[in-house]
Amino acid sequence: MTTMNRRSFLSTLAAAGIVPAVMAGSRQALAQTSGGVLRTPAWPAPTYLNSAVSTGGPESFLSPKFYDGLLGYDFGMVPKASLATEWSMSEDGLTVEFKLREGVKWHDGEAFTSHDVAFTFMEVLKVHHGRGRTTFAALEAVETPDDLTAIFRLSRPTPALMRALDSRESPILPAHLYEGTDIMANPVNTAPVGTGPFLLENYEIGANVVMVKNPDYWDEGFPRLDRLVVQYIADPATRVAMLESGQADAIFLNQIPAQEIRRLAELPEFEMTTDGFEAMPSAQQMDFNLDNEYLANKLVRHAIAHAIDVNWITQNVWYGMGQPGRSPLHFDQRAYFTTEGVPSYPYDPARANELLDEAGYPRGAGGMRFGLTLDPSPWGTESITAASYIKEVLRQVGIDVTIRTQDFAVFVQTVYTDRNHDLALYTASMGVDPTIGVHRFYNSASYLPGTGFSNGAHYVNPEVDALLNAASVETDEAARVQQYADFQRLAYEDLPVLKVTDISMATIANVRVKDHTIDALGALGSLKQCWIEA
Amino acid sequence: MSEPVPLTGTGTTGRGPAKAPSRRLSPALRYVLRRLLQAVLVMMLVMVGSFLLVKLAPGDMVDAMAGTRDLTADQIASLRERYGLDQSVFVQLIRYMALLATFDFGYSPINAAPAMDVILARLPVTAILVVCSVSLSMVIGTIFGVLASRFAGKAVDLGISLFMLLLYATPSFIIAILLILIFAVKLHWLPIAGFESVGMGYTGLTYLKDVAAHLILPVTALCTFYIAIYGRIGRASMLEVLKLDFVRTARGKGLTEGRVFYVHALRNALLPLVTMAGLQVSSLFGGAVLIETIFGLPGMGRTAFDAVFQRDTNLLLGVVFISSLAVVIVNFVIDMLYMVLDPRVNLK
Repeated sequence: MTTMNRRSFLSTLAAAGIVPAVMAGSRQALAQTSGGVLRTPAWPAPTYLNSAVSTGGPESFLSPKFYDGLLGYDFGMVPKASLATEWSMSEDGLTVEFKLREGVKWHDGEAFTSHDVAFTFMEVLKVHHGRGRTTFAALEAVETPDDLTAIFRLSRPTPALMRALDSRESPILPAHLYEGTDIMANPVNTAPVGTGPFLLENYEIGANVVMVKNPDYWDEGFPRLDRLVVQYIADPATRVAMLESGQADAIFLNQIPAQEIRRLAELPEFEMTTDGFEAMPSAQQMDFNLDNEYLANKLVRHAIAHAIDVNWITQNVWYGMGQPGRSPLHFDQRAYFTTEGVPSYPYDPARANELLDEAGYPRGAGGMRFGLTLDPSPWGTESITAASYIKEVLRQVGIDVTIRTQDFAVFVQTVYTDRNHDLALYTASMGVDPTIGVHRFYNSASYLPGTGFSNGAHYVNPEVDALLNAASVETDEAARVQQYADFQRLAYEDLPVLKVTDISMATIANVRVKDHTIDALGALGSLKQCWIEA
Repeated sequence: MSEPVPLTGTGTTGRGPAKAPSRRLSPALRYVLRRLLQAVLVMMLVMVGSFLLVKLAPGDMVDAMAGTRDLTADQIASLRERYGLDQSVFVQLIRYMALLATFDFGYSPINAAPAMDVILARLPVTAILVVCSVSLSMVIGTIFGVLASRFAGKAVDLGISLFMLLLYATPSFIIAILLILIFAVKLHWLPIAGFESVGMGYTGLTYLKDVAAHLILPVTALCTFYIAIYGRIGRASMLEVLKLDFVRTARGKGLTEGRVFYVHALRNALLPLVTMAGLQVSSLFGGAVLIETIFGLPGMGRTAFDAVFQRDTNLLLGVVFISSLAVVIVNFVIDMLYMVLDPRVNLK
């Protein structure tokens, strides 16, 4: 094991260009650290094999295997080289210059150049990528003085940009195959031609994706796997049985129920890690529709927060795979997350009753004060399960909750288009940067009926808007930390959204699967360093 | 179901009286044409009805996409326009029916591929599942049923009947889960998920063996309920037929008991079983969602299920079309089988 670690350390250094590749190349003498077929079940199946045109979960997992980004990220979201070998931002934050890697080829043999970078950002990510439209809103042009230099020109500083350049969030596409085509209908979307470590061998729509080692990959010695097989299996219990019976090697991204992850992690042949999900911290939260006469009253929102034991939900619905919500940010947004000065709402039904009385809603017939509807999102089962608990605890403080469980399309329409909801409980990504994942729930400019997972509460607070707008262009890190601290304090006092659980995602893998999580992106990266012990 | 009366030959088959002039179609052909016309009408009704049902449900495909892809308002609008969802339901229906008239199912946006391609890829999985489970359950069920009737009232009959009751009462998904636990998780004998060992590049005999191994558990799970059905119907039908006069006549002619039982009586008793087979094909063709889900088989049922949830109208209607077509064809084949098994069946 120590040999292997030193060797993989050397290869990392080699990848970073610190030691000559030849030195790390001796690693190949040990066939033990390379090879194998990694089989993983997942669900749902992808629409595209490319996350530049869809930010869906399946695309996010697959795309980094075929495509590279400009950067990678070490733990703590520290940028590292990928297609870009050097990068520098100007003092005013309006120019970012990237030096690109030499000798990189597309899977079809064409050379990768700065033109591919310019095309991908300006024509694809800014237009078709769900989050890219926001993240790269200030990106006005990408200049290409030569084939290996790309200069980003911004109309205002965008600190979030430097955290969104990995292969999952911003894969670089081949301009020579996309230019002049209808990008959303381009056949390359399902027959990827990237610069990445794996080639597509076979794709059976809705059933499986088979990837094979790219022998001409620019990072010599990688990928270590011979093949990577993703099989789409709708039933989580079947995915568990596949792993347990040795018919699958690893399950990424919480693709099996939390109690099963807990159970398998206890067995000697499996290992669990919650690392490698910094790029997509997810949380379960509940929107209060502020257009509802009761919920418009802050006392009522505080009362509901006191009536719900978020720790209970974290322990019993998420089986402890996460932390109870304490702030609008996710605890994995390590640079900005804080609880200092942020109001908290410990479980206290007596206090909840007091607040509701104070708000002027005494108990009426049957001990009830008023009624509310609760729409749980059917994405996963946790929101539906937690909804039953919330109904019961709110009944105890005199709020009569009606749960409406609908399918996903109806949920999105009810809550975000028709706005015919009172309480909406769902899970969502908090984003690699708060600008990307968190602002949308709190910024008044994100009150966009018709847009899913926007400001569904209809929260408007000019002070919060000012803080968020400042943080999205702040280049001084200390100032930004302060802006987000103030935001967390203010927003959690107003409480348009109650954070229920900050979810810890998990990977559960057979112990024979090595090096699957070596940086901030974990399995959402290329998996080029992963290998299977024979 | 026709009355199980003795075979007398009522003379209404194709050999009927020659008074019909030659320019008139033969009864058999007219029968086929009438059935064909009925089939087309049924298919059209099914398609229009299904289309309207999908459109009646709140939320459309872009709502489902918007929720998982973090789309902005203008991206949402441009997708609605791309897929024609900004048009009225009536316009969408007309466009769809016009497309269908050229045997084109349109584009399936959730798969980024033509719906026809997706369905054609699923069809073999479903077809093999259906063929294997219908034939296996029918043969095994019939054997049990005939055995039980042969020993009616004896211990064998009681044993079989109890076993049938157990199979009948246990939901197939429970059986599926038990099979997985025993044969995959504990014994490591059989594969659980999918149609083949993906990415292994098997060919020839190895490939066939691999597919067969993958089919054992799902086919078994699909069979159990129907084995019980065939067993119970087979037993009851045999007992009923054995009471009839022609059986007494056959015995009176001095035929051996075996011949009376397995040739004369069994052939008559098969009619309700054939009907059941038709129903089973129809219900499995698109209705095996649970088993397809548990065993990770990308068949028609699961495809329809996902299409409903993602509001992929083209894909769903394509599946509905193919499934209804299968039902219509199977019913037709069953009717033809009746003619073979029972000449009394009236072609008018």
